[in-house]
Amino acid sequence: MAELNVAEKGGKGKKVRSKKQNPAVDLTAMVDLAFLLITFFMLTTTLSKPQSMELAMPDKPKIDDPTPPETPAWRTLTIVLGEDDKIAWYGGGLDNPQPNEEPTLTSYGKEGIRQVILRKSQAVKARATKPDETLVILIKPSEKSTYKNLVDILDEMAITQEKKYAIVDITEEDVMMLTEKNAY
Amino acid sequence: MAAMCDIAFLLLTFFIMTSTARLPEPIEITTPASTVQIKLPDVNLATITVGKEKVFFGTVGQPTRMLMLEKMAERYGIEFTEDEKKRFSLIESFGVDIRQLKSLIAMDGADRMKEGVQSGIPMDSLNDQLSDWIQAAREANLEILKENDEKLRDLDIAIKGDANEAYPTIKKVMDVLQKKGKNNFYLVTGLRGEDF
Repeated sequence: MAELNVAEKGGKGKKVRSKKQNPAVDLTAMVDLAFLLITFFMLTTTLSKPQSMELAMPDKPKIDDPTPPETPAWRTLTIVLGEDDKIAWYGGGLDNPQPNEEPTLTSYGKEGIRQVILRKSQAVKARATKPDETLVILIKPSEKSTYKNLVDILDEMAITQEKKYAIVDITEEDVMMLTEKNAY
Repeated sequence: MAAMCDIAFLLLTFFIMTSTARLPEPIEITTPASTVQIKLPDVNLATITVGKEKVFFGTVGQPTRMLMLEKMAERYGIEFTEDEKKRFSLIESFGVDIRQLKSLIAMDGADRMKEGVQSGIPMDSLNDQLSDWIQAAREANLEILKENDEKLRDLDIAIKGDANEAYPTIKKVMDVLQKKGKNNFYLVTGLRGEDF
């Protein structure tokens, strides 16, 4: 492969050079080493900074704080994260959900929860009379959900550009609802 | 053929010059993927690594680490020698009870990463060392910023969790942060497209 032809010089040495040779230096080994070193450095070092997403949680309410006003039921969407990557949603409160928005199981991703969020967002926009009447999403992860489930939902918030959402504690009733649907 | 050798050496030089060696982590973490592309800051940062229900903590910058250790030593009444402090400042991320920290510092780098050596920083309500480490890190960071005459800002906190980690552990970490008034933090994720 790689060769280096040593140029011929007029012989000054005492030794007799009987045959004229053109020795060729084989550089294959050096190139092999170079590639080995490249591979080593590629595997053992980091080039890019890790990606991240920002998460902002509301302040923990202190005892003296007044309770914040409740959001009207027609513009809340609750997403409950169950076990085994199962997810359920409902609009309004669990005890009296909005019409056609009873707790339903759905899936993560483009066809599942994203459609739910987009539809609800459009419905709220159609019904809103003031500019600050926007959709509020409550995310309730259960104890059997995984961190990946939470990140997926936060990702959906970023993709659908929903800015008003909160991660809240799950309630007993929500857990019962999940158990009924075999998601807990 | 000579051209290929040239490119090989150029690539090699490029990789040597532009990358920092990746230090071994106490546990293997596969972060979940997201579409959001915010870069993690590389200074003024503390990382809380969560995996297998264990919590590990690490900060960026050797002076910050040494100062943080001094503050924790004061709070818990443990003495560290200058040599131990130096060795500690080279550890990127650790997860042990503070009482076992001395033995961790004394170990070799390879021994530290062995299975079962680091069992995580305790964060139960009676023994909340994680809060103390975070507090010490924030104070150390502010002091270092003051020393360097830089603009004062709070330490950024990133949570690096394993994708399959059960939610309760992550919630505990977020609760610890919220209790200390830290409501904005980063979640370390991989990258993916919107089509999933």
